[in-house]
Amino acid sequence: MDIKVLGTGCANCKNTVALIEQAAKAKGVSITLSKVEELRDIMGYGVMSTPGVVIDGKVVHAGGVPSREKIESWLV
Amino acid sequence: MGAPVKKPAKAGLFRVRILNMTAHSAPGFSQQLLDFPRHHARSFLALAAVLWWLLYSLLTPASEALVAMLPVDRASHLGGALQFFLYDAPKVLLLLTAVVFAMGMVNSYFTPERTRALLAGRSEGMANVLAACLGIVTPFCSCSAVPLFIGFVQAGVPLGVTFSFLISAPMVNEVALTLLFGLFGWRIALLYLGLGLSVAIVAGWVIGRLKMEQHLEDWVRDMPKVQATTGDQGLTLGERIAAGQASVREIVGKVWPYILGGIAIGGAIHGWVPEDFMASIMGRNAPWWSVPLAVLIGVPMYTNAAGVIPIVQALLAKGAALGTVLAFMMSVIALSLPEMIILRKVLKLRLIATFATIVAAGILLVGYVFNAVL
Repeated sequence: MDIKVLGTGCANCKNTVALIEQAAKAKGVSITLSKVEELRDIMGYGVMSTPGVVIDGKVVHAGGVPSREKIESWLV
Repeated sequence: MGAPVKKPAKAGLFRVRILNMTAHSAPGFSQQLLDFPRHHARSFLALAAVLWWLLYSLLTPASEALVAMLPVDRASHLGGALQFFLYDAPKVLLLLTAVVFAMGMVNSYFTPERTRALLAGRSEGMANVLAACLGIVTPFCSCSAVPLFIGFVQAGVPLGVTFSFLISAPMVNEVALTLLFGLFGWRIALLYLGLGLSVAIVAGWVIGRLKMEQHLEDWVRDMPKVQATTGDQGLTLGERIAAGQASVREIVGKVWPYILGGIAIGGAIHGWVPEDFMASIMGRNAPWWSVPLAVLIGVPMYTNAAGVIPIVQALLAKGAALGTVLAFMMSVIALSLPEMIILRKVLKLRLIATFATIVAAGILLVGYVFNAVL
């Protein structure tokens, strides 16, 4: 499972990365997590408010730190 | 190498299993309580409102009773300051919680995508007014400023209208307004609202008139145009309540130390610093340069509305003029060096300079008008 966090490096983006890492570890799901910080690339996903989350090339979340339940629903 | 990596992962799994077991074997009272807002949305709202009102009306007697229990004379300076603190601090926090909760629910109707769709293709003028007003209700984090900016321009929102939104969103928000209302009264809060919106509307309109589209960075202009869509919506009332609770956790959870600090400063300096300490440099009869100076000092400072409130409180208490202080507050929130540096990625220098100059001019005008009228 390939997860990308879109964000220019603000505190919320870092929180999002940490939350996903924790949730994946707790669920025992193996993921490759990366950050997209270049604005041009972020805009390429059509996301307007960061942090955004992209799973296997599809935007699943944008604008704010996702809730724990939401993250867990992705990790199946 | 293998063992130390494996261990924490195992521990993590184990912990999760235990949590699941307890959740299954005891779907007890606490879980039901947690689910209550989601399953009984209307009753929850009514109950919360009643409870809030009760607490709010208890504030004065409770703070008086508390001070009476302390070994201080109520009539003394310290007694007065304590009662002020014990009354004001919970009052402002209660107000803030209610407003942030309500705004969190309102925000869930106004996603940035929907705002963009509302503004796309409109011509300037009324659209500037609409953009500035939408800036109040659209959730906005300063690190989203640039993606939002590009997203708006991409969907065909005029540049000036985009700026109206971008100026109003951080400057005129529910936290600033609630704090001003709680600490200085509704008159000052309304004035701040009106003036903040005016600065955003007029500055955006002027930038639109100047036709500065060619001063966007090239790659921004070359981005493919997109169709503005409203995005998926249709949350249930329960989900909106959850959104409200989340913003209370996020915003009130973050700003309460600033607020307590600000109110404590306001109470404490009452007796220590002479009443007219600031009057000579920032008071009503201060020289003309006091307003520009306040704006200039505000630019490199970077904090949110809650962080600046303690300073505002201290300045006002010491005889600084309201216009000068509001100009300072607006410049701290609306014009910040870090934001300009991020904006530089999408705007050419000339457009940034124009933006900063026009907003600064608007804020100066606010300061002078306020000082002259009040």
